[in-house]
Amino acid sequence: MTFPYVEISGLDFAYGDRQILSGINMQLPKGKLTAIMGGSGCGKTTLLRLIGGQIKACRGSLKVAGQEVGQLRERDLYEMRRRTGMLFQFGALFTDLTVFDNIAFPLREHTKLPESAIRDLVLLKLEAVGLRGAAQLMPAELSGGMARRVALARSVALDPELILFDEPFTGLDPISLSIIATLIRRLTDALGATSVMVTHDVHESLAVVDYVYFMSAGRVVGAGTPEEIKVSTDPYVYQFVHAQPDGPVHFHYQAPTLDEQLLEGVL
Amino acid sequence: MNMLERFFRVVGRNTINRVWRLGFAARFFIALLAHSGETFRRPRLLLRELFASGVLSLIIILVSGLFVGLVLGLQGYDTLQRYGSSEALGILVALSLVRELGPVVAGLLFASRAGSSITAEVGLMKATEQLTAMDMMAVNPLARIIAPRFWGGVLSMPMLAALFTAAGIFGGWLIGVVFIGVDEGAFWAQMQANVNFVDDVCNGIIKSIVFGVAVSLIAVFEGFDAVPTAEGVSRAITRTVVTSALAILALDFVLTSFMFRGL
Repeated sequence: MTFPYVEISGLDFAYGDRQILSGINMQLPKGKLTAIMGGSGCGKTTLLRLIGGQIKACRGSLKVAGQEVGQLRERDLYEMRRRTGMLFQFGALFTDLTVFDNIAFPLREHTKLPESAIRDLVLLKLEAVGLRGAAQLMPAELSGGMARRVALARSVALDPELILFDEPFTGLDPISLSIIATLIRRLTDALGATSVMVTHDVHESLAVVDYVYFMSAGRVVGAGTPEEIKVSTDPYVYQFVHAQPDGPVHFHYQAPTLDEQLLEGVL
Repeated sequence: MNMLERFFRVVGRNTINRVWRLGFAARFFIALLAHSGETFRRPRLLLRELFASGVLSLIIILVSGLFVGLVLGLQGYDTLQRYGSSEALGILVALSLVRELGPVVAGLLFASRAGSSITAEVGLMKATEQLTAMDMMAVNPLARIIAPRFWGGVLSMPMLAALFTAAGIFGGWLIGVVFIGVDEGAFWAQMQANVNFVDDVCNGIIKSIVFGVAVSLIAVFEGFDAVPTAEGVSRAITRTVVTSALAILALDFVLTSFMFRGL
C-alpha cells in the first residue's frame, strides 16, 4: 500500500444552509494520479478547493502530507502551496505577461535563481509541453489547447509534490484533449508527484489515471481502478461511464406528474 | 406579509448588507496596509502602477486643467472688471485651482480614468481566476496586485492635481494676459503675494492625498469584491466612478470646513 499523500475522512462542507459535501472519505496515494469524477454540481471542484486550502471544511479531517489543511496558518498554508501546482479549468494565465513570463512567474517569486537559470528552466518546461516556440506569445494569441498546455507548464514550474487539475479537458478539441491527458500522465510520472484530477470526461480520464472516485450529490458513490470502473454494475457508475440519459441521476427535474400538471392547469 | 412589513424587511436587509460590506471594506483596507511592504521593497511593481495610473492619465488631466483655467480666466475677468479689479485675476485663478478645483476636478477625472481602469483590471483578473491562481502559487494577490495599484494611485493623485493646477494657471494666464491684456506683472505678483504656501498649497496637497486614498481604495476594493461575471465587473466599474465622485465631494466639504474654519 502506497503512503497516502492526501487523506480525507468524514469531511463535510456547506455554503450556509446548502450542504455541498457530506461524509467524504478518500485516500490519495503518493505518486499516483487519481481522478474525482461526477456530474456538474456534485461538489468535486469544491473538494479540490478544500485540498488547496482555499476554503475550510465544516467538519472532518483533510490532511496533505500529514498536515491538517484547515488548521494551517497563512504562512504554513503558503508553504504547502509552494509544493503544490494547480491547473485551472481555463488556464488562468496572467494576461499581461508573455508565455515565458507566465511560467517564470513562480520561479521568480519563490526562488533566488539567476535569470539565466530561470530562462533554462522555463525553456525545459515549455519543451515538455511542446510549446518552446511559443515562448514570446501573449496568452491572447494562444488557442484554448495551447493555453492549457502553458498553464500545465506553469503548474509544474516548481516541480511540485502535489498537482491539482480542475477540469483540464473542458472545451478542448480531441487532439488537444489527448495531448493534455498524455502530458498529465507523463508529468505526474516524471515528477513522482501526487496528482488529483477533477473531471467528468470519462474515457480520456480512465485511459490515464491510476484510481477513480465517483461523486454524486456531495457523496462518494463509487471507487476503483479504471478496469474495475469499466465493468462496474453500480447503477450510478454504470450510468455515468456509459452516458445513459436516465438512471439514478434522473432525466426529469423534480416535478408533479404530467397528468396532474396538465389537468390542474397550473405551472 | 403586509406592505409595511415587506418594506421594513427590504430596508433592514439592505442596511445589514451595506453595513456588512462596509465592515468587509474596512478589513480589506487593514489587510491591504499590512501587505504593503512588498510594494516598496520591489519598486518595479510600484513604478508600473505609477505609469498606469499617473502617466497614462496625464493627457486628460492637462487638457482638462487647461480648459478649466481658460474658463476661469474668462469668468473671473468678466466679474472682476466690473469692480475695477481685473489685476486680481491671478489670485482668483490660482486660489480657485489650488484650494478647490485642482484637487476636486483632478480627483473626479482620476476616478473616471484610472479608478475605473483599476477596477476593470482587478475584476477581470478575479473573473478569469488569475487572482486565485496567484494565491494558489503562494503569492498573495493583496501584496502583488492590490497594494501596488493602491499605492500607485495614492502617489499619482497629488502629482496629477499639481499638474492640473499648473495647466489651469497657464490657461488663466493665456486668456487674461495674452488675449485680454491684463497686466502680466500684476497677474503674477498678486498671485505670489496672496497665495499662502501653508494655508493654500499645503491644504490643496492634503486634499489631493485624501482623495487619492479614497479613490484608489474604492477602485481596488470594488475590483476585488466584484461578482466574477461580465455584468458583475461592469457594475463594479460603475460603482467605482459613482462612489468615488460622491466620496470626493463629501470629503472636500469635510476637509474644507476643517481647513478654513478660522476664516
